Amino acid sequence: MKKLIILSLVSLLFSIAYAQESGKKLPQVSVKTLNGATVNTAELSNDGKPIILSFWALWCKPCINELTTISDVYPDWVDETGVKLVAVSIDDARSSSKVAPTVSGKGWEYEVLLDINGDFKRAMNVNMIPHTFLLNGDGEIVWQHTSFSEGSELELIELVRRLNRGESIN
Amino acid sequence: MQHTKYSIITLMVLLGLSFFLKVQAQGLLEGGKVSGNFQLDAQIYQADSAIGANEVAEKMLMNSFANLIYTQGNFSAGLRFETYLNPLLGYDPLYKGSGVPYWFGTWRNEKFEITVGHFYEQFGSGMILRAYEERNLGFDNALEGAKVVFKPIQAVTLKAFAGKQRYFWDKGPGLVRGIDGDLSINDLFKPEADLKTRIDIGGSFVSKYEANEDIIVNDTSLLILPENVASWAARININRGGFNVYGEYARKMNDPSAFNKFIYKEGESMLLQASYATKGLGVLASAKRTDNMSFKSKRTETGSTLDINYLPALTRQHAYSLAAMYPYATQPNGEMAWQAQINYKIPRGSKIGGKYGTDIAINFSRVTSIEKEVADGETAIGVPGTKGYTSPFFAFGDELYFQDLNIELQRKFNQKYKILLSYIYMKYNIDVIENHPGDPLVEAHIVIADMTYRYDAKNALKLELQHMSTQQDKGNWVQYMIEYTIAPRWFFNFSDQYNYGNDNKSEQFHYPTLAMGYTYGSNRLSVSYGKQRKGILCVGGVCRTVPAASGLTVTLTSSF
Repeated sequence: MKKLIILSLVSLLFSIAYAQESGKKLPQVSVKTLNGATVNTAELSNDGKPIILSFWALWCKPCINELTTISDVYPDWVDETGVKLVAVSIDDARSSSKVAPTVSGKGWEYEVLLDINGDFKRAMNVNMIPHTFLLNGDGEIVWQHTSFSEGSELELIELVRRLNRGESIN
Repeated sequence: MQHTKYSIITLMVLLGLSFFLKVQAQGLLEGGKVSGNFQLDAQIYQADSAIGANEVAEKMLMNSFANLIYTQGNFSAGLRFETYLNPLLGYDPLYKGSGVPYWFGTWRNEKFEITVGHFYEQFGSGMILRAYEERNLGFDNALEGAKVVFKPIQAVTLKAFAGKQRYFWDKGPGLVRGIDGDLSINDLFKPEADLKTRIDIGGSFVSKYEANEDIIVNDTSLLILPENVASWAARININRGGFNVYGEYARKMNDPSAFNKFIYKEGESMLLQASYATKGLGVLASAKRTDNMSFKSKRTETGSTLDINYLPALTRQHAYSLAAMYPYATQPNGEMAWQAQINYKIPRGSKIGGKYGTDIAINFSRVTSIEKEVADGETAIGVPGTKGYTSPFFAFGDELYFQDLNIELQRKFNQKYKILLSYIYMKYNIDVIENHPGDPLVEAHIVIADMTYRYDAKNALKLELQHMSTQQDKGNWVQYMIEYTIAPRWFFNFSDQYNYGNDNKSEQFHYPTLAMGYTYGSNRLSVSYGKQRKGILCVGGVCRTVPAASGLTVTLTSSF
C-alpha cells in the first residue's frame, strides 16, 4: 500500500518533470566566495548576458582539463560574447583551502564559488562531474551537459553565440 | 480472495486518484518547477579465482537512485528513491532493499529557512558536525528531524537543528542536537564599504544523547557512561588582498566508545591554514592536530557509519589510479599533520613557459602519530575504562603514518599537443592505515605521463602511462591507458594494470578493462568490461574498499 502510494507519487512527479518546458532558474543556496563571503546562488547574474556554470573539483581530472582548455580561449570568449564562467568547486573541507591557490596558480580568470557540503550540487541534481549548465541572459537554465572531451568547449561557445543571437537552443 | 479484492480496489482508487492529482497538480504546479536526477549502476559478475573475485550467487547486482525536487517560490520539497537489488559488491549488504529514505520540505523567506524531514549540514570545517552523502561510495549520514536557519541581520546567520542519523534503512540510536553562529564583522560595522580586510568568525555547539547501556571492559568493570556528550568549536577567517588565514579549534567532552577503546578522555582538534594567491602564483601552508575526535551517534559503532563529525585528511587526493593506490585517511584517535603547496604558472609566451605557459604544482604533506604519556593516577596508556593518556599539544609523535611529495608539470605546446608529467614519492604506513599488523612501511615512487593529441575540433587521442616502483606490499606496477574521444558524445577506452613486480610470480596479474560511453546532454551511458583490482576507492573526502571483481558494468546517469 505504502509502496503503491510512493510509486504513483514518483511517477506523477516524473511525468510533470519531463513535460515541463525550460524556464528553470537557479535555486536559492548559500555558497562561499574565495574570500570567505557568503553568496546566494539565486542572485548570480551577468548583466543580461549568458552564464556558464561548471561544477568541478580538484580531484577530478576531466574537470581540470575542461577548465584549463577553456582558460586558454576564455578572454576571447568574453570579448566576443560577454559570457561569464562560474566555476563551482565541490571540494570539501579536505581540499577547499587549496582551491584559491590552485586557481591563481593556473591563471584561471573565472568567478569561483565553494560548495563545501554539496548543497548547491544537490539542488542542481548533479551526480557526476564535470557537469556544465548554460544560463541565458534571463538566468534560465537552457542547457546542461555532463563529462568533458577535447572539443566539447567548441560546442559550448557555439551555444552561447546562438543564445546571443536570440535563438532557442532547447 | 478477500485480500486480492481489496488490493484491486485500492489499486483502482489509487490510479484514479493519481490521474486526478495529475490534473490538479498541473494546475497547482503552474509556476512551480520539478527537477531531478537518476543513476543506475549494474554489474554482471564473473568469478575469477586468480585475482580473488568470488562467485556472486545473484550473477547481477544493481544500485540505483532517483532524486526529485519540487520548487515553487519560497517552498521546495524533495525525495530520493533508492533501490539496491542487491547491493553491488563493496557496498554494505545492509543496503539491500528499496524505499524512500530521504525526503524534505523547506520553506524560506528573507529571515528564516525551515526544513523538516531529512537534511544535510556542516558547521565550519565539519570538525564537530557534518551530515553529508557520497552516493557513489554508499556513504550517507543525513539527519532526520528539523532544522532552522535564522538571519536576523545581514551580518549574522544562526542555525539550529535536532535529529537522528541515517543508518542504511534505519536510524542510529543517538539524538544529535546543535547550534551554530556565523558573524561577518565587515557586514556588521560597514556593510556598504568595500574594505580590503574581511573578517568572519563563527562558533558551534553540538551534543549527542545516547541512553545508558551495559558495557563491561577488562572482564570485570561495568562502565558508567555519559549519556550526553557535548562538543564545541570556534573559527575565524581573515582575508586581505590575496592573503587568507583560517583557524578552527574543536573540543569534545569525554565519550568512551568502541572506537577509542572506552577511554574517558576529552578530544580536541585544531586546524590552521594560510594561503596567498595572486595571478600566476598560489601558496598554501596548513597544519592540523587531531586527538581522540571520533564522534559517532552510537558508541559501539566502529565502521564508517553514524559519524557526527568529519576529520578531513591534510593530504593531496590523487586522481591517477596508481597514485591513488595508497590513499591516506585521517586517524581520528590521534595524528599530527602538516601540508604545503605551491602552484606557479611560468608565463605565456616566455622562453621557458612556451606559447601557452607551463603549470607547475608542488605539494608536500606529512602525518605522524601524537605523543602519548601516562595520565595522572593511571598505570598504563590507553587502558579501557581509564583516563586513557595525556598528550602534549604541539609534539609530533615518532611514528610516521604518511608522507607524500608530488610534483606536477602541465604544458600545452600548440593546438594539438599537450602533456602532463608527474612524480610522486610516497610513504604509507599500511600497518596503521589498513590495519595490517607487522607489514612494513610502503615506500613508493610513481611516475606519470599523460599525453593528449587533438586531431581536429572533435577527435582526440589520449595516452596515459603510469609506473610505480616499491619494494614492499605487492611490488611494482605499470598501467597504460589509451582513450579516443569524439566530442561531445563518445569515448572509447582501453587500459591495463599489470603487477609485474609481485614477488610471487603466480600473482603477477593483469587487470585489463575495455570501456565506452555515450553522452547526450546530461544523460550518460557507459559500459565497461574487464577486471578490477581489490583496492580503496576515494571520492571527495571519503573512501571505501572495493573487492576484486570481473565482469560487465553498466552505468546510466541522467539529470533533468
